[in-house]
Amino acid sequence: MHVILEQIINGLTIGSFYALIALGYSMVYGVLKLINFAHGDFFTLGSYLGYTVLVFGAAFMTAHFGLWGALIAALVFAGVSLAIVGLIVERVAYRPVYPAGRLPAVVSALGASIFLQNTIMVGWGPRFQAYPATLIPNVHIQLGSIHLTLLQIMILLLSFALMGTLYYIVQKTTFGAAIRATAHDRKTASLMGININKVILFVFTLGPALGAVTGIMVGMYYRQISFTMGWNYGLKAFTASVLGGIGNIPGAMLGGLILGVLEMLGAAYISAAWKDVFVFIILILVLIFRPTGILGEKTAEKV
Amino acid sequence: MLEGRTHAAGDIVLETVGLTKIFGGLTAVNSIDLKVHKGEILSLIGPNGAGKTTVFNVVTGIYRPEFGQVFFRGERITGKKPHQIVSYGIARTFQNIRLFPDMTCRENVMAGRHCRSTSGLLSSIFRTPRQRAEEDMIRETTEKRLRQVKLWKSRDELAKNIPYGSQRMLEIARALASDPKLLVLDEPSSGLNPRETQDLMAFLRGIIHEEDLTILLIEHDMNMVMGISDWVVVMDGGRKIAEGIPEDIYADQRVIEAYLGKEDEDSTEYDIPAEH
Amino acid sequence: MELTPLNGIEKLASSRQLHIALATAAFLIYPFLVSDYFIDIAFYFGIYTLLGLSLNIVLGEVGLFDLGHAGFYAIGAYTTAILNTKFGIPILVLLPLSALAAAFFAYVVCSPVIHLQGDYLLIVTLGMGEIVRLALINNPFDLTGGPNGVFGIDFPSLGPWLVIDSSLEYYFLIWIIVGLTILGLTRLQDSRIGRAWNYIREDETAANANGIDSRSYKLLAFVLGAALAGVAGNVYASKLMCVSPESFTFWESCLMFCIVLIGGMGSIPGVILGAAFISLFPEIFRPFAMYRMLVFGSAMILMMMFRPGGVWPRKRGAVKYESLLEGTGRTDA
Repeated sequence: MHVILEQIINGLTIGSFYALIALGYSMVYGVLKLINFAHGDFFTLGSYLGYTVLVFGAAFMTAHFGLWGALIAALVFAGVSLAIVGLIVERVAYRPVYPAGRLPAVVSALGASIFLQNTIMVGWGPRFQAYPATLIPNVHIQLGSIHLTLLQIMILLLSFALMGTLYYIVQKTTFGAAIRATAHDRKTASLMGININKVILFVFTLGPALGAVTGIMVGMYYRQISFTMGWNYGLKAFTASVLGGIGNIPGAMLGGLILGVLEMLGAAYISAAWKDVFVFIILILVLIFRPTGILGEKTAEKV
Repeated sequence: MLEGRTHAAGDIVLETVGLTKIFGGLTAVNSIDLKVHKGEILSLIGPNGAGKTTVFNVVTGIYRPEFGQVFFRGERITGKKPHQIVSYGIARTFQNIRLFPDMTCRENVMAGRHCRSTSGLLSSIFRTPRQRAEEDMIRETTEKRLRQVKLWKSRDELAKNIPYGSQRMLEIARALASDPKLLVLDEPSSGLNPRETQDLMAFLRGIIHEEDLTILLIEHDMNMVMGISDWVVVMDGGRKIAEGIPEDIYADQRVIEAYLGKEDEDSTEYDIPAEH
Repeated sequence: MELTPLNGIEKLASSRQLHIALATAAFLIYPFLVSDYFIDIAFYFGIYTLLGLSLNIVLGEVGLFDLGHAGFYAIGAYTTAILNTKFGIPILVLLPLSALAAAFFAYVVCSPVIHLQGDYLLIVTLGMGEIVRLALINNPFDLTGGPNGVFGIDFPSLGPWLVIDSSLEYYFLIWIIVGLTILGLTRLQDSRIGRAWNYIREDETAANANGIDSRSYKLLAFVLGAALAGVAGNVYASKLMCVSPESFTFWESCLMFCIVLIGGMGSIPGVILGAAFISLFPEIFRPFAMYRMLVFGSAMILMMMFRPGGVWPRKRGAVKYESLLEGTGRTDA
């Protein structure tokens, strides 16, 4: 029994990574119906920026602000930088292409992804980078029969705090209502006086910032980062957002967590090598029987 | 109330019996009985949201009815797929013109011939004599239909680039290209100016006279309804509330009531939740 | 084009034939002017053209978002690799077999999901492509050789008379296949099948209402597209003499997607240009080493900014049709 619980907690940990990245996909998709293929690279870039702060700024930071100060500085620095990068990418690569329809935007997004990925490669080199090992004290915690690490608890707390905040903003505030309205029907929303540009600004700053924070958490959790990892996480996170119902923000969170848990359970009970196959099969089955995802709204075309 | 129906002696082309379509908790079409006789023009009228388009969508196979049956020339076609229904001989147009915008007018009309041709993958790749003969037949019918609606000169223009009125006619030409026995037109005059509406009426009268055709249409323009219909069926709130010859309908108290007080032309049809 | 209509037709037709003749001549002469290295580059250009043409059927003609096309390519390549290395079946015999295997796979996996719309189909095809790749890595039944793949694949030959084992011969093999494919696809475009595909892309509801069984035609597109990708897989496997899962990643599917969109949806010359861009660009900019992919990414964005419809979009209505009824007395119908 404790194995399954432990796997579920491990699943929730990586699931919260997927969920936080999936939010970026889903928010952008909701507002612009664009699959932002560069989003996985936002995540990678955030991870690398955090790495740089932690490795090179660590001595200075820890001396002045302590370990937690250094961590917070890394998270804030990467988050803010990526918010800016997100905005730039939107302005340069997407905005000029929107009017031509959705498909050119796919190519443009792939182009942006290649560009970012290779920027990272040129900047940090093509080899793996290792996050410092001793940042978080390696404390193990025993909860009944369940084994946890301090890092894992911190990751879960931070992820759920971020998701909770975003959930609150999107579901309970007026601006959140504007975001949901835009996702539902952009044209009508703009006719109702919603400032679409503000919504776009929001999703293109917050999405990448969340991705960056996730990048740092992934770096600390797995300790190894590479310039191509955005593809893999991006693919999983995108899958998660579709699983939850793309364009739907609570759906992205739920999809991410479910995907993480499924992956861990699949690894434990089926086979580690086939876990991703298992995840994709579940995804396809969900879409066959519920084509709009778990929380997606049913829509029908007016004939 | 059935007196004066000119074509009542003719065969029944389309018949619906107790046709009912429910969306969620909403009964959009409630037990509708329709009889369309051979050679007539039957207009289906009623305020917005009366369920007219839904009747069309059920008849043409886009929706499957919850209850009731549809018979076409004696055959039961309930629940058949849209593409099958065309080959039975029912062709339709849409309320908001649905052409293939980035294809030429000619290619648009050729679509109507699809169900009347059979060439497969290999014969198309190897251009067999049969396939070529069939393509020639498609081109001939297409030309005939394009000339009929006076759009032959626009044949190589993209459908999206021709004027709105011509787009309406192109859609009708496309439907006619399948040589239907029943032509189902959803608000053919909407968006047309009075002159174009007059031309449309003359055109419809012409083809029904020349060809073995029956027309079922939804119409809001009362001049057109009165001027062209042999028979009028009035719907309101999913039900049939009256039917008769145009003159009788025009004077019918229930019809007037159905329209008065509900004259909000802009209210959305409660057909289905709209995505777009 | 301001000439009389009849001259217009003649001019257009002759110039088109001229273009084709010139292009063919260039392809015939090219390999005799350059080194093997450049012949090989042109070979991969051919492979990408074939892959682009195969995806173009699904994405360009029917408008179905398929981001898992590398899966079909992989099925073709591995069918060839496994059957050749385990059972010694000749490559040329495996050419149609690989096509059939990929087509059959497409039929089986696409049947249950073909009703999905737009981005949902995209993610499902993406998932299928990934499943194929992951399965190859996991080496089921000890067939696929895991991450290392399968080695020692033969070259195509027909007894001693026809042996394809040099760069030059592979170049001709792939471009002859591409040529035949272009011929077939051009004919399909101008047939009721090609039109039916386009009707579905333009407006599926209207297509159905005009008697087109969109489900069958969408499946047909997938099956045919997969078959061509399977052919590409066969040639690729025998040229490389080995196959491994890393040749069939999601990235490969993305490249095919870009080939079609950069060229112009549904445009055959467009696909050739798109394939040229994708396969030649990184080679031409090789001197820029690690910066070349930066330029590549930027170029993709710029292209979509300035030519969102593709570099060479399909021009509708360019071929003028004459009347079949004039002079028959039926024009007043």
